[in-house]
Amino acid sequence: MIKQQVSDDQTTAPVKLWKVSVSPHIKSSESVEKIMWTVVACLMPPLILSVFVFGIQTLFITAVSVVSCVVVEAVSQKALGRRVTIKDGSAVLTGLLLAFVIPPGVSPLLPILAAIFAIYIGKHLLGGIGYNFFNPALLGRAFLLASFPVAMTSAWLSPVEGFGIFSYLGTSIDAISTATPLAVMKEQGLAAFTEAFGSGAGLYTSFFLGWRPGCIGETSGLLLLLGGGYLLYRKYITYHIPVSILGTIAVLTWVFGGETYFRGDPLLALVTGGAILGAFFMATDYVTSPTTKISQIVYGICIGALTVLIRLKGGYPEGICYAILLMNPLSTVLDSWFKPKRFAPPQGGAE
Amino acid sequence: MPVCRRGTPIESQDTESMLTFPKGGAHPPEFKEQTAGLSIEVMPVPDELELILGQHIGAPCTPTVARKEEINEGALVGEVKRGLGVPLHSPVTGKIKAIGTSAHPMRVTAPSLTIGVDHEADPVQYPEQDWQSFDGSELLQKVNDAGIIGVGGAGFPTHVKLNPPAGSPVDILLLNGAECEPYITSDHRQMLEHAAEIVGGAGIILKILGINECYIGIESNKQDAIKVMTAAAEQASTGDCSIKIETLQVKYPQGSEKQLIQAITGRKVPAMALPSAVGVVVQNVSTAKAIYDGVVYGKPLYEKVVTIAGKGINKPANLLLKVGTRIKDIVDYLGGLEPGLSKIIMGGPMMGFAVSSLDIPITKTTSAILFLTEDEIDTSPHSQCIRCGWCLEACPMGLEPKEIGIYVEANRAEDTEPFGVFDCFECGSCAYVCPAKRPLVQFVRLAKMKAKRP
Ligand code: SF4
Ligand code: SF4
Repeated sequence: MIKQQVSDDQTTAPVKLWKVSVSPHIKSSESVEKIMWTVVACLMPPLILSVFVFGIQTLFITAVSVVSCVVVEAVSQKALGRRVTIKDGSAVLTGLLLAFVIPPGVSPLLPILAAIFAIYIGKHLLGGIGYNFFNPALLGRAFLLASFPVAMTSAWLSPVEGFGIFSYLGTSIDAISTATPLAVMKEQGLAAFTEAFGSGAGLYTSFFLGWRPGCIGETSGLLLLLGGGYLLYRKYITYHIPVSILGTIAVLTWVFGGETYFRGDPLLALVTGGAILGAFFMATDYVTSPTTKISQIVYGICIGALTVLIRLKGGYPEGICYAILLMNPLSTVLDSWFKPKRFAPPQGGAE
Repeated sequence: MPVCRRGTPIESQDTESMLTFPKGGAHPPEFKEQTAGLSIEVMPVPDELELILGQHIGAPCTPTVARKEEINEGALVGEVKRGLGVPLHSPVTGKIKAIGTSAHPMRVTAPSLTIGVDHEADPVQYPEQDWQSFDGSELLQKVNDAGIIGVGGAGFPTHVKLNPPAGSPVDILLLNGAECEPYITSDHRQMLEHAAEIVGGAGIILKILGINECYIGIESNKQDAIKVMTAAAEQASTGDCSIKIETLQVKYPQGSEKQLIQAITGRKVPAMALPSAVGVVVQNVSTAKAIYDGVVYGKPLYEKVVTIAGKGINKPANLLLKVGTRIKDIVDYLGGLEPGLSKIIMGGPMMGFAVSSLDIPITKTTSAILFLTEDEIDTSPHSQCIRCGWCLEACPMGLEPKEIGIYVEANRAEDTEPFGVFDCFECGSCAYVCPAKRPLVQFVRLAKMKAKRP
């Protein structure tokens, strides 16, 4: 957009170059890079905690995932003749989120495959950032779940003892894998669940703080909430999507989630199954979520309802991933239904 | 401390008691401290002026003088015979050197008069007249004769605005002292130094319109001006006319006509309509001052207070300039350019025009010339839209700039009318907040060229 113009007499005065471009001539200090790297920073505390919970293996899987996403992004952009934009942090974020939603005990090959699928096919073949209508990290996870169902549902690690963060290194996955809380509850009933994970206040606390099996992104609801809270404070996200998702999950679980109506446990539903990660970090992804406030609320409610439906009726305890993926392509549709309110219509009402 | 959405924090704004428009907007850093404390300084007249013949919206003036003709300060040099327009007067006593073309900020060149200045001539005296003795239509004629146009921006002939169509009765006059663009302080200084004249101008407009209610909107970052103007307004408010000062929140684009009307009166001007459709006439405070001068002294509009600011100029200032003064004469007077100058803007950084030549003269509508260095302007390349929706939130008109941009990039500019391109007044709030730095105003302009008007 910026064209350079040479002014004045070139022979006498030194050549002066002044920029000429269309207004506005100043822009806010926010940028795509700043947003992406801030989100990445917000995900650091849960990542660090996960090292203490599951051992150093999580860091390894995360590193593999991030590096492969960045490499795939660079290669795809080169191959498609686009500007390479790995510095904007969006591939790093995708890699991080991908690592957060796969079991930490899986083979490193899996995140690499997921990165290729999510970034090359799911993002760049569809037109690059801004045109991908599925959240790449979730797309990667769904791809893995479909291709490697066993590894993806069994390679969970149970928390390490004390601070023995290196204790899993070298052990084979089968020996250490364990079932996730929601899977236990679904398949073995509430009794087995309480037996395995405790009950009452202690139960919520351990889930909230992160001491239980799961993927990295499920470890600590508290740290994820803090990260989400910071994004809210920075106004990078607004409350509309997370609140409507979590609210819907809580209400619907309370109504339908128990043995009889109105006996479900809304709190447990919120601190398990990646609900907080999904609501604050996945569903709020700019590219794949709606832009107007009303459509964001509708979007959130639909995701919440689908999550509960999938959790209760479907085969996947961590239903929020599919719920978000199902709603992703509908965000542009929602946007076209709920347009922003125009200042004032023309006189006479006619368009 | 209330933190403004994606702008700098607004310090100690007691937002409860201040008026503002409800939707959209941004808060760019104000950068007014460079010149806000500098009194208006009269710049000595240069040797030559370049008077552009089309200063206003409408048909350009036809010269009424010939080459080599001697003219006096304030003499008529151009007029519009047919159509919308106002007469043009010579800012100085001197001689017409040429009738040709000059460089122009928006068009590449424009027809103009070159006037050689006679520095020996005595300044013209304008005797004060009692304006109360004139009736409305006489006052309106004087406003027209003085060549007054909206000096705040667009340059719409003022006498036309003050003569609203018979079908829309007007009951409120608004004076715009918001000055919401960063850097600019010329209206601020006018209000501080010429409060009585501005309020007097308001009284004249009220009489022309035959109404008695006037509000003057000033952004809260000009507390000193609010104080001075309140005192002047109280003095001028008599039994049959009330002039009140309204404090406005610091928010861009507070000074846009539709937003100002909504903030102060709560009325919404319909799309494609003029303010008179909701019974309001809006004038800039500096236009009110020009009206006062034009009516009370019979002095035509040929001088302008212009803020010169930015890190690229040696000595920032608020200058009283003759219309037609070239940028290069101003630069010489203010000690030259600073190294690192990257962009010269006529007007504010949000809506002004970048110019490429120092030969361009100022016009009646120039309110600032900014000399900005590399670190003051945005030079980042733009990337694809990430659909963050910030532009939707920033748009005071409730449009979808992102869609307009995407359509234009996909060569479908002609399909953008449903997104409201013609409601866009190019305030730039959307482009200011866009994290992908997309040139959204540029897209809108392209869309406006191709899309069909409804
Ligand atoms: S679309 Fe037009 S009116 Fe809306 S914010 Fe952008 S420039 Fe301003
Ligand atoms: S602000 Fe920029 S990146 Fe965000 S939706 Fe608007 S155009 Fe797209």
